[in-house]
Amino acid sequence: MRTDSGGYVSGTTLTGDGGAAAREPALSIRDLSVVYRTVNGDVRAVADVTLDLHAGEVLGLVGESGSGKSTLAYGATRLLRAPALITGGSVIYRGRRMSGPVDILGLTPDQLASLRWREIAIVFQSAMNALNPVLSVSDQLTDVIRRHLRTPRPEAVQRAGKLLDLVGIPRARLRSFPHELSGGMRQRVMIAMALATDPEVVIMDEPTTALDVVVQREILGQIMELRDTLGFSILFITHDLSLLLEIADRVAVMYGGQMMEVGSAEQIHHEPSHPYTKRLLRAFPSLHGPRKRLAGIPGTPPDLLSPPPGCPFLERCLDGTEKCKEIEVRLLPVRTSADPRHQTACPFILPDQPDDEGGTPGDGARPAVAVPTVDLSSAGLSSASVSPDGGSPDGGSPDGPAAESVAVIQPGSEERAQ
Amino acid sequence: MNSQAIGAGQLQPAHDLQSVAASRGELVLRADELSKDFKLGRGQILHAVRDVSFGLYKSAVVALVGESGSGKSTVARMLAGQESVSSGKIWLNGEAVQPSRGGEFRRYKSEVQLVFQDPFSSLNPAHTVRYDIERPLRLHHHSLSREQVREAAVDLMQQVRLTPPEKFLASYPHELSGGQRQRVSFARALAAQPRVLLADEPVSMLDVSIRLEMLSLLDDLRTSFSLAMLYITHDIASARYFADEVLVMYAGQIVERGAAEDVTQQPAHPYTQLLVSSAPDPDNLGGGLRELPGESGAGTGSATEIAGRNAPVVIGCPFSDRCPFVADKCRAENPPLLQLSASRAAACWRLDVAAPAVLAGREGGDDLTN
Repeated sequence: MRTDSGGYVSGTTLTGDGGAAAREPALSIRDLSVVYRTVNGDVRAVADVTLDLHAGEVLGLVGESGSGKSTLAYGATRLLRAPALITGGSVIYRGRRMSGPVDILGLTPDQLASLRWREIAIVFQSAMNALNPVLSVSDQLTDVIRRHLRTPRPEAVQRAGKLLDLVGIPRARLRSFPHELSGGMRQRVMIAMALATDPEVVIMDEPTTALDVVVQREILGQIMELRDTLGFSILFITHDLSLLLEIADRVAVMYGGQMMEVGSAEQIHHEPSHPYTKRLLRAFPSLHGPRKRLAGIPGTPPDLLSPPPGCPFLERCLDGTEKCKEIEVRLLPVRTSADPRHQTACPFILPDQPDDEGGTPGDGARPAVAVPTVDLSSAGLSSASVSPDGGSPDGGSPDGPAAESVAVIQPGSEERAQ
Repeated sequence: MNSQAIGAGQLQPAHDLQSVAASRGELVLRADELSKDFKLGRGQILHAVRDVSFGLYKSAVVALVGESGSGKSTVARMLAGQESVSSGKIWLNGEAVQPSRGGEFRRYKSEVQLVFQDPFSSLNPAHTVRYDIERPLRLHHHSLSREQVREAAVDLMQQVRLTPPEKFLASYPHELSGGQRQRVSFARALAAQPRVLLADEPVSMLDVSIRLEMLSLLDDLRTSFSLAMLYITHDIASARYFADEVLVMYAGQIVERGAAEDVTQQPAHPYTQLLVSSAPDPDNLGGGLRELPGESGAGTGSATEIAGRNAPVVIGCPFSDRCPFVADKCRAENPPLLQLSASRAAACWRLDVAAPAVLAGREGGDDLTN
């Protein structure tokens, strides 16, 4: 168990050979565990999570409230305080400006202070609360620049102006106070602050959740442009999978404090492997393309004060079996995928559900568990729900080979757990 | 150039538009040219809502879609009697009402109920759920005995699928999750046995994974209570699945209306097109974002700000500043809703350029759904 006082820099223990160093991830989270100490016991918020953020990529971290996605990000950057406690793991950061890799969990407060913002910056969710209401935009930006880059004030003000240019706010707004800005502008200021010191890793915690779609899109477009020009990597935290699929290079799906699936946006969208991912994909209404049958995910996340044995999703999983109570949750390469970086925590390969295939209604192969499907306005839906090509809306996932090579658990089999 | 540019001139103002929601049931609540002005001081007036007319029909859902600051919540608040009406009329069951006036208010409230967006602040943390549910039961149904009130409360909890009811009735809001709190809000609104439910962004604060469940619950309640429902949202995708009719609001006006599938699949008004193209589209993979139509260079001003700043200007189309198809006439004259089909209308002078396909479809045959 590590605490902030007993720090060390583990750069010496990690020697990467020069050639591979370029391809090594900028941030490697290994078996990170975080608990919240409460009077009733430890709440296991993050359990043995492993995740790599590569240089220059946009990695989306998706999960519902309480899934541990923010705890993971704040734990990895040591921003948590009591009662949160990091109980194990390592977070290796490899920056281009660093002499070698460092374990963030082992840094002293001084070392941490020089790493934060300069190397790893964060855009917090609520711009309303994260900006200081009694300081002008200029003061807040120059404060960051002067503290972390040791720039004299005139240059810092210059730089603050340039930053506002970057995020598309007129320089005249430097003198504005947060309450004089619209929600979208505040969020842009937050992004400008995060980029103030040219960091290599930017963690964005639901940066656009509070904004409406048009503004959200403008800001996301700007973030992607900045990523392309400045070359930082982004860990993008959100509960909106539909958004992530569009902007992220890779997507990591968290549930109940554990990692359920990691893969490229393409893989997650078209060849989801974990039942939770599959359900998430059917849980949002899509505006484009044919109307699909939608199903929510009934039930509630597990109580992490006394987490159930085995897979945390078992209680809400339609394909769960007794075996799921015994599995050790860890990411393994998806056996049907050619790409070893597409990993899932579900060891069972399940046949694709009939509903995935264009929503053929009345197909009797579903499990006997009632799924509340949304079939909201009956007018015109029945015809539109079947995609025109009669095939899968996922664009033809290779479910055929998946089914033959591995032991297939039949949905609705007798031994369904719970 | 001007006369040539305004090809949509042949369209007639939509005076007798037939709502697609009308096929579900009878008209319950009607907003008739509702307007709301806020005095800002120094003689400035903000026209938050301008001449908004629509009907809510039994067992039907009408969605009001727009960005923050477009006036959609103000419409809901006027219909709920929580905001006075600057001009226009509200008709309930065929009678003109003034819900913000004292005595009439409670009678009106037993027919029209509002559900708020934020389940975290709309429930009093000092009271148990039982208080929240039983109070409207007593207020609106004086004849109920203590026993009947208890039974009705249990019944309501079951309707919103909070089981076991007794356990949830005894709990405080802080003990409940966001979804459970919103269910309590629904139960509280239904306790008055209303005919109309106004839902102001009922799922925006909830997790994506439970939004759908809540919408399907609302849909069940709509059916079992035969509710006329107004669903306010900025998520036009959910309106596509949930609503019969979609009204798109911009800067206090309805700029487009029609059957949900028509409006979302073939948006006619440039603003609706912007809204539709802004919605996340998972099918567009590849790490980049689609270009928004006509959004190049418009970049910096946030939508909210523009809506707010432009609202006091009555001359011209409110969207003309951001519109890629803007012509001289757009800056000079505010377009009325022009009828595109029996149930569809859009307020735009440039429909021939902005939505030629919709106009062509109009000539070929009215119904785009089939």
